[in-house]
Amino acid sequence: MPLELVVNVAISGVLTGLVYGLMALGLSVIFGVVRVVNFAHGEMMTIAMYAVVVLFAALGLDPLLLVIPIAAAFFGFGYVLQAGLINPFITRPEHSQFLLLVAIGLIMVNALLVIFGPDARNVQVDYQLESFAIGPILFDKVRVIAAGAALATSAALFAFFKLTLTGKAIRACADNHLGALVVGLNVKHLYALTFGVGAACVAVAGCMMVLLVDVTPVLGPSYTLLAFVIVIVGGLGSMPGALLGGVLIGMSESLAGLFIEPSAKSMFSFGLLILVLLFRPQGLMGRRA
Amino acid sequence: MSAVNGSPILEVRELDLYYGDAQALDGVTLAASEGEIVAIVGSNGAGKSSLIRTIAGIETQRRGMVRFRGQDIGGLPSHRVCELGIGQVPEGRQVFPSLTVRENLEMGAMLRRARARLAQTLEEIFELFPRLKERERQPAGTLSGGEQQMLAIGRCLMGQPELVMFDEPSLGLAPTIVQEVFHTIRRLHERGLTIILVEQNVAVSLKLAQSAYVLENGRIAMNGTGAELLADDRVRQAYLGL
Repeated sequence: MPLELVVNVAISGVLTGLVYGLMALGLSVIFGVVRVVNFAHGEMMTIAMYAVVVLFAALGLDPLLLVIPIAAAFFGFGYVLQAGLINPFITRPEHSQFLLLVAIGLIMVNALLVIFGPDARNVQVDYQLESFAIGPILFDKVRVIAAGAALATSAALFAFFKLTLTGKAIRACADNHLGALVVGLNVKHLYALTFGVGAACVAVAGCMMVLLVDVTPVLGPSYTLLAFVIVIVGGLGSMPGALLGGVLIGMSESLAGLFIEPSAKSMFSFGLLILVLLFRPQGLMGRRA
Repeated sequence: MSAVNGSPILEVRELDLYYGDAQALDGVTLAASEGEIVAIVGSNGAGKSSLIRTIAGIETQRRGMVRFRGQDIGGLPSHRVCELGIGQVPEGRQVFPSLTVRENLEMGAMLRRARARLAQTLEEIFELFPRLKERERQPAGTLSGGEQQMLAIGRCLMGQPELVMFDEPSLGLAPTIVQEVFHTIRRLHERGLTIILVEQNVAVSLKLAQSAYVLENGRIAMNGTGAELLADDRVRQAYLGL
């Protein structure tokens, strides 16, 4: 097998992995602050993908432009979902939170099935098949764009948490809940903002992912699982860890597809998960509890 | 039971608090006048922290009333209570360990009443606690207990409070640091802040306080001026071991 092919496939895996990473980042941020696992995460991603399909067909706008209104809408949706529905469940036992979010996910999958049917949809941008070469390495244009958008969004998120007062206040809530109450932070509002931010992340990831794969309603649950695997591999609560986990899983998926066969890709992701759980249970970049 | 002197800035009347079926506060009534130090003493589990948490809006009472500057604040969420000018230095300090010292202080000034003056207040706090300035960029989790206490006090002051509730500020600190903490409380008092002081160090807090309350099993068992309680035989026996 020629080395160039292997490198090409690995790079395309890394690029896809950055989009995975952004998706997982949304899950990680929500869990890290609100302490709720968003079991409807992948389902939200597929809704964003369908939103691109519909709006692209209706308006002919490039997905790179559509990403802005879709992410904004998801932010609002996430805010309302947390403030209205999830917040009363925060002090309840984990299994009832789990059921709530699984139910939300199921409703989403089935709503998509009702509206769009089970068949795969996609978008065909005019630069879909373009690529460029740097030396012997070939880059798909859409994949580079998708990865670039994922990286830019992640960078914006890091900056938000590091530099803005609101971002710091969200970190403060995650750090010490009682401390946050004592200094007068509006924790419920900040939780809802966090859920909105996580939803916006997964929306951007979905807008980019639909450039790379066809979307069907049943993709949702498998993306939820994938995001979960990535976050655990990278380290729960670590934002760089989510990106690293995404890149590793993306790369292992595409290399598995090359060396064995594409349907074996999940086997590798879960193999990686088991290795991490065995030898570094806190995740690659997670802190020891 | 009205305020000893001046107009009461804080009034608590007939407060009952339950955790499930367990009653933590039973008909607690007290008042704090503008600019005074009010000490609340009592043994572990007497309800001192519950009282502070209820005033702060972290717990919600079943019965009774809390008034701040004449406004009923019972049942307001904690961020609204802080917004009115009631600050807290909580038991166990409750700093944000992974945030830097500076970020911790900034969090104290997220209130609308304080945000515009954030930079200015930050300078004042650094003047008051030069050690915090030295450690400005260090995560709060790496500070010593005493430094964390200074940070908790500074963070509270960032919110421009008019009333500060201290919950066990000397707990677990070395004697020299304890002195520094009490010195700071005295200075804040001199600046005109109203202070509610919950302290296991009964002798010192009664000496500092203009008025004082003894809390037993969620009830006010005694009240008077600090000096009166300090001279009371029951207080001396039960809390001072004399």
